[in-house]
Amino acid sequence: MAEETRKIAFICSKGDIDMAYPALIMGWAALGNGIDVTIFFTFWGLDLVTKSRVDKLEIAPVALTSMKMKMMGLPTGNLGIPNILGIIPGMTAFASWFLKKEIKKQGVPTVREYVEMLHDGGAKLFGCKMTVDMFGLKRDDFLPQVDDVVTASDFMDMTEGAQIIFI
Amino acid sequence: MLADLTAIAFNEEGFMTDPNQWTKEIAEVLARQEGIDPLTSEHWKIIDFCRTTGMTSGKSPTLRQITTGTSISTKELFALFPKGPAKKVAKISGLGKPEGCV
Repeated sequence: MAEETRKIAFICSKGDIDMAYPALIMGWAALGNGIDVTIFFTFWGLDLVTKSRVDKLEIAPVALTSMKMKMMGLPTGNLGIPNILGIIPGMTAFASWFLKKEIKKQGVPTVREYVEMLHDGGAKLFGCKMTVDMFGLKRDDFLPQVDDVVTASDFMDMTEGAQIIFI
Repeated sequence: MLADLTAIAFNEEGFMTDPNQWTKEIAEVLARQEGIDPLTSEHWKIIDFCRTTGMTSGKSPTLRQITTGTSISTKELFALFPKGPAKKVAKISGLGKPEGCV
């Protein structure tokens, strides 16, 4: 009868828009399927749970080979965004605005909403102690959904038996 | 008196294959199988919403569609259907597995 609950843990180390979503989407799917979810935010990944950063995540179109101009409706086939254009001031803001608009069009929640949903659905969210110290962040800098700031070793203890995904 | 499920068709994952066979009595039995007993009015608010959207669109609503459509919070939804509300709600509502990601 006592069936062991499947456990999954994500390590979020990136703060770009495209790297923010995978753990949020898969974590939410996991919760919906009755899987325990733990997320550890480290390095740039802390942006996902930092009050001043969460609504301002960006994507830089420089050296971003997968983002093609045709995404913006131009008939340019496989041509990428020329790096020389990507360095023009405002291009990062433009690409970020564009991607957020497309994400919204799909009915996908914002990162801030996702963090709330995950927390409310029972996911455990942790900040990485070393990064927090290095960046000089305080508890109050984080969204209230963050359960605690813990060490890498604590994370290992908490995720015994879990499948771990590094993003 | 519990509903008799012998004439009801299920797929290998336990989802009903014909949503038209569904009745409220069947939902009670399916809920019990999922460890939810009894079904309260809050449960029914969610099930009714799933039935309505499921029968019009032909698809199970996702959790996000349920919370926005019923004004029941994520927290409440997970408390009402603990341990995997996405599949549980769809099963009890006699619908297929939700296809959306959010």
